[in-house]
Amino acid sequence: MSALTREETEALIKEVLEVYPEKAQKDRAKHLAVNDQSIEQSKKCITSNRKSLPGVMTIRGCAYAGSKGVVWGPIKDMIHISHGPVGCGQYSRAGRRNYYVGVTGVNTFGTMNFTSDFQEKDIVFGGDKKLAKIINEIEGLFPLHKGISVQSECPIGLIGDDIEAVSKKGAAEIDKPVVPVRCEGFRGVSQSLGHHIANDSIRDWVFSRDGKDVKGEFVPGPYDVSIIGDYNIGGDAWSSRILLEEMGLRVVAQWSGDGTLSEIELTPKVKLNLIHCYRSMNYIARHMEEKYSIPWIEYNFFGPTKIAESLRAIAAHFDDTIKEGAERVIAKYQPMVDAVIAKYRTRLEGKRVMLYVGGLRPRHVIGSYEDLGMEVVGTGYEFGHNDDYDRTIKEMGNATLLYDDVTGFEFEEFVKKVKPDLIGSGIKEKYIFQKMGVPFRQMHSWDYSGPYHGYDGFAIFARDMDMTINNPCWKILTPPWQKKPEAEEVAKAA
Amino acid sequence: MANIMIRRGAAGEYVFYLPKRDLEDTITSMEFDQADKWGGEIKLNNGGAYYVDPMPAPPKLPISVRARRMDAAE
Repeated sequence: MSALTREETEALIKEVLEVYPEKAQKDRAKHLAVNDQSIEQSKKCITSNRKSLPGVMTIRGCAYAGSKGVVWGPIKDMIHISHGPVGCGQYSRAGRRNYYVGVTGVNTFGTMNFTSDFQEKDIVFGGDKKLAKIINEIEGLFPLHKGISVQSECPIGLIGDDIEAVSKKGAAEIDKPVVPVRCEGFRGVSQSLGHHIANDSIRDWVFSRDGKDVKGEFVPGPYDVSIIGDYNIGGDAWSSRILLEEMGLRVVAQWSGDGTLSEIELTPKVKLNLIHCYRSMNYIARHMEEKYSIPWIEYNFFGPTKIAESLRAIAAHFDDTIKEGAERVIAKYQPMVDAVIAKYRTRLEGKRVMLYVGGLRPRHVIGSYEDLGMEVVGTGYEFGHNDDYDRTIKEMGNATLLYDDVTGFEFEEFVKKVKPDLIGSGIKEKYIFQKMGVPFRQMHSWDYSGPYHGYDGFAIFARDMDMTINNPCWKILTPPWQKKPEAEEVAKAA
Repeated sequence: MANIMIRRGAAGEYVFYLPKRDLEDTITSMEFDQADKWGGEIKLNNGGAYYVDPMPAPPKLPISVRARRMDAAE
């Protein structure tokens, strides 16, 4: 099926919206748009970061998910207490596959679940005493931890516990930072506010320590950079880091995949902040620009075209040795990239993809698909804001679909009509679309694969897309009694 | 009154950022942009206008300031 025209896409949106009651129709219409590259300001065509409608299926998370699951969780040498009932911590435990090195339970705690396990009596009488006890218990059981963060779940805000006071007292007792994070799940419309709250808590509670947790003396160098907003999903940050180090830069900090507390405290001393996930960490980058005069740039390490562009853009902030380094890195990996493209492009050329993910991926991975000759025909953010869509409009082709906080029903209908060859979305969509016979990749944590960043990641990305789209299983989804008679004849003859 | 941040863009232009609305836009004109006076009425690329109390000298950018909305484009 060839690409839809602008009129066809508009008609499709209208048709999908018809089933809603009038009020819901009006609201949802604002969140669905046909891309028009001539528009400069996304808010002229799409509304985002609004409360989801009751009664429709959304796949958004909560502020706690944004803070504990995304920003704080991957910091490996701190212990993150899920303060409140037990479920929130258990169901956000290690699902995101933020890889790290270290001995879990001794000096790193990434995949463990620490919770205050609220019971009725804690709701009635308050949980402050319990929190104070937990802080001391942690210090006794895990003496090598570097600090504690208290990630509030909904009840904490509802019953009005004073976690700040307990944290301050606890920090003085154990002589390590204890960071209270007011990321109760009911705050904001999605996990996006949780990112912001977590960024603010790093600013207020970690930067204020002025590098107290850094062992030894730190000697600033002229080529210091930090990787911000890379959560090391399946090893992403590592495959990004080696490229930067090969071109001559020194990566001081990783935020926050495989990151440590001292790395974060050292970040105000770097020369340039490199932002991968703009949505979750632009707040802290803007703060560091204002307070410490550290410039920041956004970069994109998905697919060779974007990697080369980004490496050159990063190098432009430094002197000639780094610029030469960037060219050297690009030249070094070019044969590998050519081999990957030669192998997979013929198998993937012209395939059409629909994406619906969060954070940076709805726009960042487009380059990767295009390098393989594929086309992204629809994209959308779970929790993007206006500035995300501003950046997306230029990346997407004209007359392609844009959908913000798409509902389960809308997404299914779009897929039925657009008939893409591949869908990239989350685990909640995966089995619906696979049962519909559409190849699917879970793009939140790379479907248990990865890394996808960097040149090494591109090879894995290409292999994964090929093995999903060209998997023979999609041909045997039709049961025998529904097969057309001609096909049977052919099978018998063969 | 709104808290805004003004910074330099890649091409040296002023960039306006309103965190509450995630509004990021280039500034097309600023009333006072001289060595002895900085601020005043700010016009944005999207048609909006804000007022920042003039400062005696251009500040170190980026800077967070309080601004009054004069005319917002929606």
